[in-house]
Amino acid sequence: MEKQILRYCTAARWPLALSVLAGLLALLATVGQMALLSWVIARVFLGHADLQQVGPALIALLVIIGLRAALVWLREFSARRAGSRVKSEMRRRLFAHLLRLGPLFVRGERSGELVAILNEGCERLETYVARYLPQTVWSLVIPLLLLVIIWPLDHLSAMLLLITGPVIPILMIAVGSYSQKHIQRQWTTLARLSAHFLDTIQGLLTLHLFGRSGAQEAHVARLSDEYRRRTLKVLRYAFLSGAVLEFMTMLAIGLIAVFLGVRLINREIPFEQAFLVLLLIPEFYRPLRELGTQYHAGMEGRVAARRMREILAAMPPVSEPGEAIAPSWSAAPLTITCEHVTCRYAGSERPALQNVSFTLPAGACTALVGRSGAGKSTLVNLLLRFMEIESGAILVNGLSLDRLPADLWREYVALVPQRPYLFSGSVRDNIRLARPGASDAEVERAAELAGAADFIRELPAGYDTEVGEQGLRLSAGQLQRLALARAFLKQAPLLILDEPSSSLDPESEALLSAALARLRRQCTVLVIAHRINTVAAADQVLVLDSGHLVESGQPAALLQQSTSAYAQLMTARLQEAGAVPEKEAEAL
Amino acid sequence: MTSKRSTTRTAWRLLAFLRPFTLQIVVTVLLGGVMVVASMLLLSMAAYLIAGAAIVAMIVLLSIPIAIVRLMGLVRAAARYGERLLSHNVTFRLLAHLRVTVYRRLAPLAPARLWQWRSGDVLARLVSDVDELQNLYLRVVAPVLVAALVTVITCWLLAIFNTVLALAALFFLLISGLGLPLLALRLTRGLGREQLALRGRVNVHLVESLQGMSDLLAYGQAEQRREQLAAWERRLDRLQQRLAVAGGLQEGLQELLTGLAVWSVLLLAIPLAATSQINSVYLGFLAMLVLAAFEAITPLAQAFGQLGHSLAAGERLFRIIDTPPAVSDPGQPLPVPTSRSLELAFENVTFRYEEAGHQLTLAHISFCVPAGARVAIVGPSGAGKSTLLRLALRFWDPQEGRILLAGQDIRGFGLADLRRLMGVVTQETYLFNDTIRGNLRLAAPSATEEQLWRVLEVAQLDDFVRQLPAGLDTWVGEQGLKLSGGERQRLAIARALLKDAPLLLLDEVTANLDRLTEQALFEALDRLMQGRTTLLVTHRLLHMERMDEILVLDGGRIVERGRHEQLLAQGGLYRRLWEVQNALLPVA
Repeated sequence: MEKQILRYCTAARWPLALSVLAGLLALLATVGQMALLSWVIARVFLGHADLQQVGPALIALLVIIGLRAALVWLREFSARRAGSRVKSEMRRRLFAHLLRLGPLFVRGERSGELVAILNEGCERLETYVARYLPQTVWSLVIPLLLLVIIWPLDHLSAMLLLITGPVIPILMIAVGSYSQKHIQRQWTTLARLSAHFLDTIQGLLTLHLFGRSGAQEAHVARLSDEYRRRTLKVLRYAFLSGAVLEFMTMLAIGLIAVFLGVRLINREIPFEQAFLVLLLIPEFYRPLRELGTQYHAGMEGRVAARRMREILAAMPPVSEPGEAIAPSWSAAPLTITCEHVTCRYAGSERPALQNVSFTLPAGACTALVGRSGAGKSTLVNLLLRFMEIESGAILVNGLSLDRLPADLWREYVALVPQRPYLFSGSVRDNIRLARPGASDAEVERAAELAGAADFIRELPAGYDTEVGEQGLRLSAGQLQRLALARAFLKQAPLLILDEPSSSLDPESEALLSAALARLRRQCTVLVIAHRINTVAAADQVLVLDSGHLVESGQPAALLQQSTSAYAQLMTARLQEAGAVPEKEAEAL
Repeated sequence: MTSKRSTTRTAWRLLAFLRPFTLQIVVTVLLGGVMVVASMLLLSMAAYLIAGAAIVAMIVLLSIPIAIVRLMGLVRAAARYGERLLSHNVTFRLLAHLRVTVYRRLAPLAPARLWQWRSGDVLARLVSDVDELQNLYLRVVAPVLVAALVTVITCWLLAIFNTVLALAALFFLLISGLGLPLLALRLTRGLGREQLALRGRVNVHLVESLQGMSDLLAYGQAEQRREQLAAWERRLDRLQQRLAVAGGLQEGLQELLTGLAVWSVLLLAIPLAATSQINSVYLGFLAMLVLAAFEAITPLAQAFGQLGHSLAAGERLFRIIDTPPAVSDPGQPLPVPTSRSLELAFENVTFRYEEAGHQLTLAHISFCVPAGARVAIVGPSGAGKSTLLRLALRFWDPQEGRILLAGQDIRGFGLADLRRLMGVVTQETYLFNDTIRGNLRLAAPSATEEQLWRVLEVAQLDDFVRQLPAGLDTWVGEQGLKLSGGERQRLAIARALLKDAPLLLLDEVTANLDRLTEQALFEALDRLMQGRTTLLVTHRLLHMERMDEILVLDGGRIVERGRHEQLLAQGGLYRRLWEVQNALLPVA
């Protein structure tokens, strides 16, 4: 697992190695420091030396203290560097891969989870790499190194350490897994209780409307208290492992000290050596203790890394062609032909589109109608290369779409989605998204054509008004017109437009249909229509039902046939409208 | 930026939250002190033991140090366990206390403020700030107090030998406990803030890129977004490099100061030992004592950073809970009208939101809903329709005019009394993380099983609930069963039925539903409205012929009023809205 993460992030290898090395050198400096310390103390204590006699040793001690501090600095610095490099590299990789995976992969509730992986997940990975990884090395190597150092000083102490050393991790794992079981048992309840407060606060408005805001106070107190009692019950076990570790360490130090004392009395070991051993024992246990405190970071980092590998292993929906073809299309409208197209979403049995064939003639406007779930959005996803066809072919001016790189093809398409997304930045930036090199005048001209100029000018700062997540809220009609401005700016030979399915205010409606009429003259248009006027004005209607193309033709001609699905759709609409006065029904 | 004085004030207000737990805090801090002192005594006594054994040949004389060494292991483990358990107990009690306090302060603010904060993350932020503040004790107050306690004990123990030694230790303990964290804070504060801002921007970039991916890919902006992220990551990386230097520096200096403290004490003690002012057998003891005392200082490095977080959280929290309520109860509330049907009247009501830049929201609105009648308010979005309802609920008071209920100004009633008279269903039904039963009983805590089923039946939800495995005890809300939009609204209707209020306020009840669901829901709504004075806000002109009067609102004014047929015949805004709506194709 560790190696796999590092394979992605070669830039982190060196700082990580440097950190581990500095940590080991710092340990050697510690040994040196302790050796000098015990020498000095032994000289003064037993040799009755004065300050002058131990002066050089004290100066050496000072130097080694400084050296150790420098090594600690290096250890920390490199570990942090390694961590932030991994984080940064991983985030860039994941982001780039998600862009390849496309909107179908990130849509819906999943986008929240993915953002969390890119943010908190990467932060956890950073802690994992900067803290946990080097600590695992140290907790293995440092005790062994110290054993090698202590062995010649005192065999017995070394033996004791050798025996107690492994006991600690074993005991901790035992206690840890025991408490883990308890923790898991409480987990569902805990999660529910901890979310309760947010729930109450967010629902306070509702509580007010039902006159229950006062009664909830006692409830908040009671649940918080319950949360406390339950959590403490869990912690009672969880803290045991810490106490056991503490006890074992202290016991070992105490034991070794007493053994050393006994042998000193019997003159079996010199004081200086015994004292040095005593000084080194805490260093033996320290890495294991620190690994214990990093345990949580290790777990979290591992979970995050696993999810990241899953994401990176996901295959992009469309494969890029082996040899790219650069088509020589000008800005002239394109002819799009679908031949027996069948496709399905991943994990779905039923095809989303089945054996669909039609042609979008160059320069014509085609209206796509059908109830929700009929396959209209699927068709748009196919045309934008967000998903792959299973069988059949999509041809553009006779050229199969899968022979073009997706990025290149999208340069020929303008998209006006039903809910256009506004990015943080000014209104101008948002329109300019369609053509980053466009001048201010061009942007404003596009807004003018899209019928958006009037409302933009009325915004607090006009074209420079900030929009996006925290910014201004626009109505559905205004949003759609902004997206149309993008399309005007891009001047692509194919336009795909998804009309708003809800009714807009009359002004927006009028402006939108005028803008669409202007666009139609420049390009091939495919519009997912929700309005009668749009359909009536189209050159061609395609009616989709449950993934099948059930009908196509001129709208006026279809209306004449009473068996036509299109005609039935129109009738259904009139029924839905409810009590329509006779005269009005005719007028429509 | 907040001034120093307000920061101090925030700190004091935060500390005041701890007052109820003084006794427990004292005990916990004592245990924390015991824990560190036990390890100091263990190590120093072990050193003394070895030194003593080197000069005395009788183990009997060493029995007291041996006993201490053995005892301290147990004491430390027990103290640590007790300290952790007790400190977490305090933390959770503090959390409960904070939640109740915040809730008590927040409740009167509702609903006007809550309504403003409902979208966006103000409330979620509030809750996470409360969670953040629970760390105030565990990570700030306790470590500081323990460090102070240990410092005092260390200096006292050293002063028994010699005052100069005590002063030297005090100097280094203070420098590394106070000076070093302050230095680190100074070095990193600007960087940290810059990093936070940059991270915020990266986060927005990621969220927007994932949510708006269709737009991005369709307009060929993937490469540009990747580069933008890379550019920010590079800046973040440079910042983190500087932060790593500072962070490593803190750790390095900490080690340096610990080493220097031991070194200085030794340097000072050696001449004292040479002149027999100190028995040289204690040299090791002194060195170990000082070395082990620094264990209490290490957590302070984080305490200062945590203090910053806590203060920031506290300031945000106080800013919210110190907001004055928008409306208040009258001194002498009028008795509640007991009639089963009430008349609601607006008299020349004018209202604008307090925030700067808001245009007039409602201007000179007068109308009357006679007892038992149905009045609809329609109009384009942003016309002020929902504001009208919120005024009736007294979220705010109008600047001009009055709202009368049964002939009395609503400002005369108690707020809870007033809202008890009103049944409300809005487009955003909030369901608590509770069972269906719990969510229903909000409206009538003492409702019987039979009553619950009856309202479910009227709301046409009984079949659905019956087929759920847990029936009425099924958990819903964010962590429970996901209900569809139609099911949520039916539950809201059932809830309103159970409340059985004489006045009914309906705000875009069907706004987020598809049209088939909308149609079906209308039947349930119709039953709810039976015999109740109803004010209905909608932008969907559905079944308008069932209304006694329709008010058409545009730009905060009533522009048309009358019955459905009259308004259609007038050919004004209502007629245009109706036509736009009927020009839509069915999508569901």
